[in-house]
Amino acid sequence: MPDVSWRFVSILLANGVLVGSMYALVALGFVLIYKATDAINFAQGEFVMFGGFLAAATADMAGLPWWAGVLAAICGMIALAFCLERVVLRPLLGRPIIAVIMATIGLASVLRGTAVLAFGTGVQSISLPVGSSPFHLGPLVLPPIEIVGAGVSLVFLAAFAWFFLKSRLGVAMRAVADSQQVAMAMGINVRRYFALAWALGGVVSALGGVLWGAMLAVDNQLALVGLKVFPVIILGGLDSILGAVVGGLVVGVAENLSAGFLDPLVGGGTKDFVPFVLMIAVLMVRPEGMFGRRRIERV
Amino acid sequence: MLSLNNIEVVYDGVILVLRGVSLAAEEGRITTLLGANGAGKTTTLKAISGLLQAERGEVTKGRVELDGERLDRLLPHEIVRRGVCQVFEGRRVFENLTAEENLQAGAHTRRDRGGIREDLERVYETFPALRERRRQPAGYLSGGEQQMLVIGRALMAAPKVMLLDEPSLGLAPLLVEEIFRILQRLRDERGLTMLLVEQNAALALDIADYGYVMESGRIVLDGPASALRQNSDIKEFYLGLNEAGARKSYRDLKHYKRRKRWLS
Ligand SMILES: Nc1ncnc2c1ncn2[C@@H]1O[C@H](COP(=O)(O)OP(=O)(O)O)[C@@H](O)[C@H]1O
Ligand SMILES: [Mg+2]
Repeated sequence: MPDVSWRFVSILLANGVLVGSMYALVALGFVLIYKATDAINFAQGEFVMFGGFLAAATADMAGLPWWAGVLAAICGMIALAFCLERVVLRPLLGRPIIAVIMATIGLASVLRGTAVLAFGTGVQSISLPVGSSPFHLGPLVLPPIEIVGAGVSLVFLAAFAWFFLKSRLGVAMRAVADSQQVAMAMGINVRRYFALAWALGGVVSALGGVLWGAMLAVDNQLALVGLKVFPVIILGGLDSILGAVVGGLVVGVAENLSAGFLDPLVGGGTKDFVPFVLMIAVLMVRPEGMFGRRRIERV
Repeated sequence: MLSLNNIEVVYDGVILVLRGVSLAAEEGRITTLLGANGAGKTTTLKAISGLLQAERGEVTKGRVELDGERLDRLLPHEIVRRGVCQVFEGRRVFENLTAEENLQAGAHTRRDRGGIREDLERVYETFPALRERRRQPAGYLSGGEQQMLVIGRALMAAPKVMLLDEPSLGLAPLLVEEIFRILQRLRDERGLTMLLVEQNAALALDIADYGYVMESGRIVLDGPASALRQNSDIKEFYLGLNEAGARKSYRDLKHYKRRKRWLS
């Protein structure tokens, strides 16, 4: 490769890491729900979009401060996820996995449609109290919204990791993920933990919606962020929180490198599919992903 | 005292599996429920712990009571809170949780942190092997350690009654002996009430105080363990064959003493 500028590469890498941790946050919502309830949520992107709309509508349209928008998004998404679990997912418990998948795909369309009905077709914005002049860090020039987004994502990823690994509720949730029947026998109210998993998925989606919405703008296209969740979780492993983080970073970096090096060669557009090429490659080589759970075999 | 009175269980709305089972587990005693494969022993335990509901099973008749309080119709977690904890057959540890997290999950229904910490210590004293393996994922423990872990996990719920489903299954004889000695100690030192389901009758009757024999969803014989141990039919039943080599059912035996209906 001729005259690769290290500054250029490091900017791509830094951008990739920042954006990647925001992908990781959104992917976490998916992993939480899959781990605890075995449901594959194809509406994760629409959850993010809905969270973004709620934040934008509260802050921009109702003229309330930004943090009220964030709060509204979080509360609204908890309520929405909670209701969906109760009304749509719970009756499907124990049905073939394809039924749940189809239900969440249907849900995705319904959410896209109702978002238009409720919030209109216009493009809205979320303005967080973040400056717009680029941030200089050594040789790097970075957009401040990405730094804030990555910071918030990492804080929440750490908080969720602590919750899952150390708290009483987290241990119970992992027990449910391990075996619902045995969890029930230990006095764990399995349904309550299903609801909790969806509610946490709602919180994560709201945060993702706010951060991605602030970066990109809020309209129907925001749901496309959810598409990137699939390469992230296939790379990392469907049921691994650590996998969501690492998968997010890999996708973020891969995307930026291809935007920097491949796009100029072919005229653009590789950024959008390179993560999926990676995903397919991983599926062929290591279907459980980097950190996914293999069944423990004893001798 | 845990008592079942004339329990009937139906799976899938049509398959009648228990046909009027009555039995009692006296406080501070080991009561054993014996019977061949498919007799309905596991179903009986699940009828007590409420776990039938998750398998499209249902108690259609009769009552389950703990110290006079009705348990059937309660949800599984409510039954654990009342002090009844089931240990599944087949060493069902939470494989991806560490041994210690398994024990913590066992104490899920409790809020007394001090008591939980003391009980954790007690479990480690009872099963020293678990202390050494406490940071390991439970899926990597040996069969014996896993059996200890599931018993320890049930103890963490501080149960009044522990329901044990075939704890000897698939374990080496020495390990089985060790585990049965520990069950005996739990009764003698802590006064724990146990309902012990076994196919290995000789072993179970050795430590039990009272025994029931189940066949095709019915209790066909019961009595003090010492009496059952002497019973030649029991021996024959558990060999599974009579002298002619034919499989024999309890109901065919002429001198089979019809069991007195409990509570009637
Ligand atoms: N979930 C179920 N649905 C239908 N039938 C069942 C179910 N579980 C057990 N059975 C049937 O009930 C009978 C008793 O089973 P079980 O209680 O497991 O016996 P045991 O524990 O004594 O071997 C068996 O005939 C078994 O096939
Ligand atoms: Mg059984």
